[in-house]
Amino acid sequence: MSFTRRDLVRGTAGLAVGAVGAKLLGGTPALADEVGIEPEKGASLRMTRWSPFIGAEEKQWLDNTKRFTAATGIEVRIDKESWEDIRPKAAVAANVGSGPDLMWVWFDDPQQYPDKLLDVTDLANELGVKHGGWYDGPKSYASSNNRFVGLPLATIGNAIIYRKSWVKDAGFSDFPKDTESFLELCKALQAKGHPVGFTHGHGVGDGNNYAHWLLWSHGGKMVDEGGNVTINSPETIEAINYAMALYKTFIPGTESWLDVNNNRAFLASQVSVIANGVSAYYAAKADPKLAELAADIGSTNMPVGKSGKDVELYQVTSAVIFKYTKYPKAAMAYLRFMFDKPQMDDWIKASSAYCCQTLKSYADNPIWTSDPVNRPYARASETLRVNGYAGPLGSASAGVMADYVLVDMFAEAVTGQRSPEQAAKRAEDRARRYYRA
Amino acid sequence: MVAITKGVAAPRPRRGRFSRLSENRTVLGAGFLLPAAAILLVFLTYPLGLGVWLGFTDTQIGRPGVFVGLENYQDLWQDTVFWLSVTNTLIYTIGASVLKFALGLWLALILNEKLPFKAFFRAIVLLPWVVPTVLSAIAFWWIYDAQFSIISWLLMRLGLIHQPINFLGDPNAARASVIAANVWRGIPFVAITLLAGLQTISPSLYEAATLDGASGWQRFRSITLPMLTPIIAVVMTFSVLFTFTDFQLIYVLTRGGPVNATHLMATLSFQRAIPGGHLGEGAAIAVAMIPFLLGAVMFSYFGLQRRRWQQGGRD
Repeated sequence: MSFTRRDLVRGTAGLAVGAVGAKLLGGTPALADEVGIEPEKGASLRMTRWSPFIGAEEKQWLDNTKRFTAATGIEVRIDKESWEDIRPKAAVAANVGSGPDLMWVWFDDPQQYPDKLLDVTDLANELGVKHGGWYDGPKSYASSNNRFVGLPLATIGNAIIYRKSWVKDAGFSDFPKDTESFLELCKALQAKGHPVGFTHGHGVGDGNNYAHWLLWSHGGKMVDEGGNVTINSPETIEAINYAMALYKTFIPGTESWLDVNNNRAFLASQVSVIANGVSAYYAAKADPKLAELAADIGSTNMPVGKSGKDVELYQVTSAVIFKYTKYPKAAMAYLRFMFDKPQMDDWIKASSAYCCQTLKSYADNPIWTSDPVNRPYARASETLRVNGYAGPLGSASAGVMADYVLVDMFAEAVTGQRSPEQAAKRAEDRARRYYRA
Repeated sequence: MVAITKGVAAPRPRRGRFSRLSENRTVLGAGFLLPAAAILLVFLTYPLGLGVWLGFTDTQIGRPGVFVGLENYQDLWQDTVFWLSVTNTLIYTIGASVLKFALGLWLALILNEKLPFKAFFRAIVLLPWVVPTVLSAIAFWWIYDAQFSIISWLLMRLGLIHQPINFLGDPNAARASVIAANVWRGIPFVAITLLAGLQTISPSLYEAATLDGASGWQRFRSITLPMLTPIIAVVMTFSVLFTFTDFQLIYVLTRGGPVNATHLMATLSFQRAIPGGHLGEGAAIAVAMIPFLLGAVMFSYFGLQRRRWQQGGRD
């Protein structure tokens, strides 16, 4: 999709020029300023992003892009890819040196090919100073050797989504905050014929989120600070035992679940509790036939375990500029424009709590208080823990996650294929293959 | 010009080098082969060679690797997930190929009979083959869904089961399920090609055999099967190659799960190379497929090719 000035004038031009123009006059920074971003003459950009989960989010990003084009004359073509295809496509673009100028990537992608990405440290520092600083977690994903090789764009929060009436029927007036009470709730829900469901299959997002929560909430970790594999620990065994107890309250078949299964089962009232992005709630809200269900949805953060900390994996997306781009300054100008308050405020709001801000000053966005279901997602950037904790981000952490080492460890144990000790040992062996160097 | 002496042949005009070359059969042949050779070189030999080379390096995404010799293969030798993927691939290939052959041959024999609406049925049979793999995989994804499977729903309505079948959750059920999906998709290729082979068999052979009192099974055993063997060899070679290198079906249905029970070598290679970023190891897994593929081709070539007796000689 590309937008030109002519497109803007045609069709929805009146709207764009009128409503947006006023905003531009007040909110857009001069394009050449203290960090010297002067877009190249005749520049045009191509950006690839992941396919949206919330339609309004994409529309707002495109509207913001129109504003940029109107202000600068720089056309931006935006392509979409399924979110799981982003990693391979970004890797190929980085490797062959050809493709989009900018891309939204996931997790530790920037750590895999930092040399192929444009250093945007000056821009990131400027934005950080202006907007209250970056949250540490998202910043880690977009940094390499203390340099920004991308701008952390958003954290996709993950929280418990549950049926309020069923939880009440099970004898719980409030949703439990700790892992032990949570297990009791799940047992009670199961007894009432309302099983819960968490992904034990190779779901890139949901599978990894759940497995990391199980491990971290019990104080386990894949590696220590030095990158030594520490997964085979008493804490891990405890986490596996907990997972086995919880699994007994699940709907059958969760070991085959991929990323969409939990939403589907929840929206069909097959399960009472899932862990998901806020999209599950908005899918129900958007469907008139599910109005009753939408009204019965509650949300809360994942229970805190013996670690005593509210820590989770979450998906983080960063915007990167490839070094091969012919228009690096135009690309930086585009990102700066999109991260500026008028655009970023509108985008976070339109994302309906799906995209959590990575710059602290945007935490006051009204979206977080506009609906109680949104609230648990507001602190996603603040409470996230990076993949491969407590070791460094890099090819080893990415490899272990891509190989589903943690997901498989829990799945092997809960399905009875291995004892907790055997599953932890096997995870240790598999992780060592990546961390040995 | 009158100086030309009568009776003496005029010297032939000297032809250019290009003109002479253009009439040389060897040069012409090479010239015509060149485009095809260039295409093969660029799109087949180079990627294959690069893949083999990558397998001997520790290349990662975004980082050029160094030559590490057989290190990737030594690692894989000790990697239980790799060996599980080898086992899965063999089970998947053998299971699906045998079923595709049996059912495909059966279907071809039926379609070779005099049937009403024969052309229509032949067209219908091709449908699974025509549908893009990803689309049929998504259809099977619903069919095998842990909660919404139509098969489970039907059986529950009939009172035969009390809870949905865990098609993709149980390791063995998942293996059987992905094989069934592959068989459904692969049968048309086998059936239609064998049907084409069946139609080349002269009816007079059957007539003569019938006059000699041969039973249906004897006609099949002594005429159909031997005459069809060369086609079977080709069809099954391709079928085995397609099945062994299958990727899309598994990627859509299970991503290799549950607990790697359906990971094939192709899917594991992709998982390690692209999402995992370890291109060298991913390439080594892909290269490890080559001996198996070569073995399948050799088996079909030496075991099932046209025998001499079929061409009038002694076997």
